[in-house]
Amino acid sequence: MPVNETLGQYGDWAYTTAVAIYVLAMLFFLFEQSFGRKGRQAAARTRVLAGAGGPDEVETTDVPQEPERGRAERIGRMGAALTVLAALLHLASLVLRGVATQRVPWSNMHEYISAICLVGVVTWLVVLRKSPVRHLSAFVLFPVVMLMWIGGSLLYAEPSPLTPPLQSYWIIIHVSAAVIGSGVFLVPGVASVLYLMRSRHERNPDKLAKFGPRLPSLEVLDRIAYRTTVFAFPVFTFGVIAGGIWAEAAWGRFWGWDPKETVAFIAWVIYAAYLHSRATAGWRGNRAAIINVLGFSATVFNLFFVNLVTVGLHSYAGVS
Amino acid sequence: MSNTLAFLRNTWRGLTSMRTALILLFLLALAALPGALLPQRQLNPGKTAEYIAAHGWWGELLDRAQFFEVYGSVWFSAIYLLLMISLVGCLLPRSLEYVKAMRGKPVLTPRNLARMPHHRKSEVDASVDEVLATAHARLKGWRRVEREEDGGVRTISAERGYLRETGNLVFHFGMLGLIIFFALGKLFGYEGQVVVHANGSEFCNAGTFAYDSFRPGLQVDGTELDPFCVKVNSFTAQFAANGQAEVFRADVEYQSGDDLDTGTWRPYELRVNDPLRTEGERIYLLGNGFSPVFTVTYPNGEVRTQATQWQPVDQATMLSEGATKFDPPGVTDEAQRRTQQLAVTGLFAPTAILHGKVLSSARPEPNRPAVAVDIMKGDLGRDSGRSQSIFEIDQSMVDSGRLKRVARENLELGQELRLEDGTKVRFDGVQRWVYLQVSHDPAQTGVLVCAIAMLAGLGASLLIKRRRVWLRVTPVSGDDELRRTVVEVGGLARTDQAGYGEEFTRLSRDLLSVRKGH
Ligand code: HEM
Repeated sequence: MPVNETLGQYGDWAYTTAVAIYVLAMLFFLFEQSFGRKGRQAAARTRVLAGAGGPDEVETTDVPQEPERGRAERIGRMGAALTVLAALLHLASLVLRGVATQRVPWSNMHEYISAICLVGVVTWLVVLRKSPVRHLSAFVLFPVVMLMWIGGSLLYAEPSPLTPPLQSYWIIIHVSAAVIGSGVFLVPGVASVLYLMRSRHERNPDKLAKFGPRLPSLEVLDRIAYRTTVFAFPVFTFGVIAGGIWAEAAWGRFWGWDPKETVAFIAWVIYAAYLHSRATAGWRGNRAAIINVLGFSATVFNLFFVNLVTVGLHSYAGVS
Repeated sequence: MSNTLAFLRNTWRGLTSMRTALILLFLLALAALPGALLPQRQLNPGKTAEYIAAHGWWGELLDRAQFFEVYGSVWFSAIYLLLMISLVGCLLPRSLEYVKAMRGKPVLTPRNLARMPHHRKSEVDASVDEVLATAHARLKGWRRVEREEDGGVRTISAERGYLRETGNLVFHFGMLGLIIFFALGKLFGYEGQVVVHANGSEFCNAGTFAYDSFRPGLQVDGTELDPFCVKVNSFTAQFAANGQAEVFRADVEYQSGDDLDTGTWRPYELRVNDPLRTEGERIYLLGNGFSPVFTVTYPNGEVRTQATQWQPVDQATMLSEGATKFDPPGVTDEAQRRTQQLAVTGLFAPTAILHGKVLSSARPEPNRPAVAVDIMKGDLGRDSGRSQSIFEIDQSMVDSGRLKRVARENLELGQELRLEDGTKVRFDGVQRWVYLQVSHDPAQTGVLVCAIAMLAGLGASLLIKRRRVWLRVTPVSGDDELRRTVVEVGGLARTDQAGYGEEFTRLSRDLLSVRKGH
């Protein structure tokens, strides 16, 4: 299977362009975050209006949107459009690599990180359709840009065919589930960090006095984190199970505490703890948010440390 | 006595509380971590020993605290045992409650619906019956019960999302089952590795002695292994121009079950990712390498040929190292024999390139095989009682001067060297070997079934939402012609509160928009 180098080259260009546009979009969003009115409005609007002992009147949840004519909002919308454009280029870079090598475009760390970032961005775009939190986009794009920058420089790998250990249809199933799970987890991770900031500000208005009020309410951030986690957790669980099935076929056992398996297990247990914490008195709110951040830290740890530092069976790294 | 009971009861309560479960979950995650950071004996004994040696008392301490066998350690087992107990203690009462709830009816409509998180009230232009008929139609699929109150007031209590609890229980029981099956696999499974030459050589699962290494489960003594035989006929490796591997394949034949009696051999193409599954065992192709073939011609004319596997030191070029050992033929005197043993040690390159006299390999295929060898003569130390690596000579014999280097040379295929006493050593050829693993785990299907149950349960428990809605319909006394009613709707989300707002708005709009003459 020869590699089509021209297409591979186009893929790399698309990747670089996507990163550049993400950076640009990030600047736009930062502008909106700093100068827009959106922040405070967001908090007000999403407080659910179902009032106890409310009036007999029919109530509507669709509060009429205030016309957003401010310059900051316009720039925010441009940021969103740029993000969509960058995400399309990002997708194109993966597709081109896949076509160039005639295989799935997630078979080394460079591609794996790229795919995770794309999932994170797309998840965020979906969240934006439901929640008025566009002005926060920079905080999602920041880790994405960092990851893609590392993935594109330090961990860059030429397009190349699959080695025999990876020649299995399980690479499609297991890795895509892991990528989707990990990518979606980026969003609750960011939302939970913002939750902790906002919560700190609420307890003491002197802390984060400028930044805190511009964040949406705790409720909104918690809901974003919970909804996305609840989506990603079963996908991730499926990914781990599929990994076990693949390991049974490839390494002679379905589970052997290989470092990657171990850290996946740890991340899984942490997210399970997150879900439990929300049903446990005294653990809702701040502690749940901390647990979610821990969960995402474990995911990132798995991505970098385990691939780069320890020696396991996962022949992913592609860096030696 | 009663104190003890109270203590036990409190311990049990504490252990099965959600908070404890949460903390145990954290402990489990934390306890698993050292296994990812430190080398583990089971995975990598060599590295573990190295690590301990390099870290002095600290390494010893870690070793004593079982940090190199994390997943079999007392503390790891203790945490997961406690978690199991907590889980069981949690599941039993919940299962009972679940059975009760499945039989029971939705709860009574609260007196004051305005107190519910979601509430609407409105007067509609329809009779009580009409309102109720609309409501029943709209609440199809919900579990409903209609009740009557004083003064012609009627209520509906409706609830849905019972499957959520079903899913939750399935998930947790699935997890319990998974842990049990996992443990059974550890008790009754085994794993063995063996090197087989790819020249029609055979391996039979006759006992642990047949393996190069063998790891039995706690209940396995190695006497009753399922019999089967594999014959490795050839091995193929293909590489891309840049040296990246593309295909590893061993062509094997095997016998298991009835075939052993009839002597039937069945062919199989063994590949990475594609194990051979016999009845009860799985056979994997885990690695491969080369055995240089050496022929020694002794001064008295006797000839010995040997092919011992050498170990690849670089997977990309398959540069390998090893030691091929010879006993002198026809020497019966023990002492004399021990001065005459020979070992051919050094490097093997499948595609040789020489930088001066230094041998290295350009490619992983055997295009131009060559060896750079030291011939060692003397006492190999095989009788010392210590077990010997097949890949190297006993360095202590060299240090003590009982094993000496008598020649050093680079040889290409067919070339030979001559020792002082007239002995000739010829590099004759190359054979390939494969590294096979045999795995046996009678419980792994159980693990898979439980894992799938967990996933299904998880999906149900996270996606399905439990909602309650109540309707109270009060006739407004007055003109019979008009037949107006006051309809009050209350809603409560039992899980995932957020999002019920919009849903409730839609639902109550439907419930309140009753058409006259419906
Ligand atoms: C390895 C251990 C465990 C894991 C991985 C685990 C995982 C989960 C998951 C993923 C959920 C779904 C969360 C949700 O519905 O939002 C859940 C729910 C639940 N688990 Fe566990 N669990 C474990 C142990 C336990 C134990 C020991 C208990 C009892 C003390 C327990 C009690 C519950 C309860 C009561 C719920 C329902 C929570 C709710 O309705 O939100 N779990 N568990």
